[in-house]
Amino acid sequence: MATQLKRTDLVFKEDMDCNALMHKVMKMGKDEFINQMMDSGLKGRGGAGFPTGLKWKIVKDSPEAVKYVVCNADEGEPGTFKDKEILDKACEKVIWGMALAAYIVGAKEGYIYLRGEYKYLSTKLKIAIDKMEQQIKALGINFTLDLVYGSGAYVCGEETSLLQSMEGRRGEPTNKPPYPGDIGYLGKPTIVNNVETFVNAMIIAEIGAQEYKKLGTKASQGSKLFSVSGDCCKEGVFELEMGMTVQQFVDEFGDGDTKAVQVGGASGFCVPRKEFAKTIIGFEGVPTGGSMKVFNSSRSMYNILENYLIFFEEESCGQCTPCRVGTQQLLKGVQAVKRKEKPKTYLDDLLRLAYTMKYASKCGLGRSVGNAFRSIIENFREEIVY
Amino acid sequence: MSMLNIIINDVPLQVEEGTSILNAAKMMNVHIPTLCHHEDLCVAGNCRICVIEVEKDPNLVAACATPVREGMKIFTNTLKIRQARKHILELLLTEHNINCIKCSHSNSCELQNLALEYRSDEEVFIDLRKMPKPDMSSFSIQKDDSKCIRCTRCVRTCAQLQGINALTMAFKGNKAKMSTFMEKPMIDVVCTNCGQCINRCPTGALTERSYIEDVWNAIYDPNKHVVVQTAPAVRVALGERFGLRAGHRVTGKMVASLRAMGFDSVLDTDWSADLTIMEEGTELLSRLKKALVDGNKSVALPMFTSCSPGWIKFMEHIFPEMLPNLSTCKSPQQMFGVLAKTYYAEKKGIDPKDIVSVSIMPCTAKKYEANRPEMRDSGFQDVDYVLTTRELASMIQQSGTNVKTFKSEPYDSIMGESSGAAVIFGATGGVMEAAIRTVYEIVTGREVPFENLRITPVRGFEGIKEASVLIENTVPEYNFLEGVELKVAIAHGLANARKLVEAIKDKKVEYHFIEVMACPGGCLGGGGQPIPTNLHIRERRADAIYNEDEKMAIRKSHENKEVTALYADFLGEPNGHLSHKLLHTYYTERNRY
Repeated sequence: MATQLKRTDLVFKEDMDCNALMHKVMKMGKDEFINQMMDSGLKGRGGAGFPTGLKWKIVKDSPEAVKYVVCNADEGEPGTFKDKEILDKACEKVIWGMALAAYIVGAKEGYIYLRGEYKYLSTKLKIAIDKMEQQIKALGINFTLDLVYGSGAYVCGEETSLLQSMEGRRGEPTNKPPYPGDIGYLGKPTIVNNVETFVNAMIIAEIGAQEYKKLGTKASQGSKLFSVSGDCCKEGVFELEMGMTVQQFVDEFGDGDTKAVQVGGASGFCVPRKEFAKTIIGFEGVPTGGSMKVFNSSRSMYNILENYLIFFEEESCGQCTPCRVGTQQLLKGVQAVKRKEKPKTYLDDLLRLAYTMKYASKCGLGRSVGNAFRSIIENFREEIVY
Repeated sequence: MSMLNIIINDVPLQVEEGTSILNAAKMMNVHIPTLCHHEDLCVAGNCRICVIEVEKDPNLVAACATPVREGMKIFTNTLKIRQARKHILELLLTEHNINCIKCSHSNSCELQNLALEYRSDEEVFIDLRKMPKPDMSSFSIQKDDSKCIRCTRCVRTCAQLQGINALTMAFKGNKAKMSTFMEKPMIDVVCTNCGQCINRCPTGALTERSYIEDVWNAIYDPNKHVVVQTAPAVRVALGERFGLRAGHRVTGKMVASLRAMGFDSVLDTDWSADLTIMEEGTELLSRLKKALVDGNKSVALPMFTSCSPGWIKFMEHIFPEMLPNLSTCKSPQQMFGVLAKTYYAEKKGIDPKDIVSVSIMPCTAKKYEANRPEMRDSGFQDVDYVLTTRELASMIQQSGTNVKTFKSEPYDSIMGESSGAAVIFGATGGVMEAAIRTVYEIVTGREVPFENLRITPVRGFEGIKEASVLIENTVPEYNFLEGVELKVAIAHGLANARKLVEAIKDKKVEYHFIEVMACPGGCLGGGGQPIPTNLHIRERRADAIYNEDEKMAIRKSHENKEVTALYADFLGEPNGHLSHKLLHTYYTERNRY
């Protein structure tokens, strides 16, 4: 029954001539390339899935003179390690992708917000940046790129807190609107994109929107890097076409005893075995920033849930009530049910709370805490209670 | 500004672009509950209690933080909203120390009001209360983290209105808390004790250090003679705690209730405010003379007023190099205090060690000021206890009376007479106006050329005000000021003060005399005043202050007979030897963080 997974090899393909691609886009014209981006259907690869072409267009159309391009390399989602791989093996494409974005929207400065733990990559990055800056100058474009290091807060992967952190403030999400595309870094229109998104922009520049669209499904175009970990027969970073089912994925990567797959990390969804066949990995099913954690039947779903909740309790920025107190209540709540200090029906109270957190939290972090919670409680209730 | 069409709860409405959903709803009398929102402060949007539903948006949005869009369809009362609000309220209550009956902010607690409104009587969720001991290190401000709901109003007040950043958020997640630099105790940080954070705290996490018990004990002690002084801004705000509207003056009723409570002598800080004008005005003239006539370059000009203890501590921390520019005059409270235990004691024949000096202030910084080691020139602590307007209200309630029901009574003598110029000390620009009324008349022999003595350029709530007075036809003694344009400026709120001081340091502006009040609106918006506070309330109090001024028989400080008598019988002359000993002080450089 298993169909072969469609492997792609675009991100790490070695023969991309970035300089020539830039030249190609310059010839094509900014508007035409934005059209290509919009047409390609590329959605942000960080997980939230905002259409990249639209984001660039908003910044491009802004009348402000100063604009910025920021690469979100604060890869912090548990189970994700694909950005590290990209920056290690194909950082040139990221940097040129940023230069491309800067050229399109008219930005002169860019920053890579690098996860603190990835500091060891900075020498390599700086060499590549110097090279790119010289080459792009020869093309008549002024663009400088700098590195900024994160200090370990998970929430700084959220774009507004990332910008706050870059400005030297507390890494806390701000209210939206205004969005970074209107008021971003230092109050100027700013593109914030994931590492992989910039590479995909280069891929679109190379193969064109038509070719790009052939990959994936209607709602999830293109291919995507997946960080596969857990109880699997092979682990690592794999580039796969979007739109496969979890079943297809498990057939390829599972160890034959797969109980559940956590798609999208701690803030994503837990897919149980009975849902494998009908769940599509992509924006029409379960979206993911790339994290795929495979659990086999030896794993306790209670331990997994508790682990996620401990993570969120600590990594919430702590400013908004639903997230700061809600995460604590969810954690303490499942612990109390496990210890029989609260009745089994208390889980229903917690589920309602998880909905409130989804609706009422200030940023994406608080809104997504309930994802893992709900999908684990709803599918593995007996493991939580007993 | 273009108008947008929106629909709130099926009722169409036109509002200006940029209006928040919260304010739009307010226009049609739809009440949306808030906690982290405060009219004086920038928007935070972090308590989430104000969430509402917008058509086609799967998530709820914060009404305070979201501007309206054209065609927006807004619902403020749906099942989803109610469930979310109840949850948020319950979550806050699981963290909050709900010992409400023992909380001094019980009557002004916004969280408590909401809990009552939503009838949150059941505790669904798990108790998360951590009960750290309150920080009692400061003489002025008590910080109790167990009651904090992390709304960040205090942090925003400290940063935005005062530009101090003594309070800040620290840590993240479940450990997130309102804290100070390096979690130092309040006494050790750059806190000016202004108490603006207290006025904006929706719960009782920040309160004044209370000295109510000490004052009662003094009153009940038959061997003590307890004198009380009341600051100008108290009389226009006290009534708010007794259900009167903001700006209802209760001067005489307040005097009567103090007397009924058992204070031996009820006197007026306004009297020493007039005295301050005499001292400070003379100091200004002598500085001007030294600079203009003697050409003494070391004379520090502009001269800053020194009535506001929050402002003084601000300068000691932030601009120690500008300390010589501060007037050396003590504040009216401290002038009163030192004279109560010298002049008053002598005149009344009471041993100063038996005198307990209490002051009622709109201010929390005054508590710190009274405890400064240099404020003991009488040989004793000059002012023993400082109570805020709020504490006075509590004491009146404890005594079983209500300020409303008293008949007005006059202040006692001596040190009870005052002028209109002293009353306006309570509003921003008031010290300046009082000073100009007196200084101009001393220098020219004529009244200030303003209708009914209203020096309107120095009035109002603009952050930084400027004015100038041309001095002509002087009396012979002051002919060195002939033709001089006396330039003055006024700032209120320390963030404004910082801007002004920096402009002076950068030599972008030049003035002779500058009034600064630490609190927005001046003392009437002080940190010890009834809660809530907002621009509207402050305006009402200011109107009351200026009304009181115009109703006074004497309008100028130098015409205060009890002040004149003080100089004749005791001090000699303004800035004389004894004045310098008792009424002037010095300042100390403090840590920058």
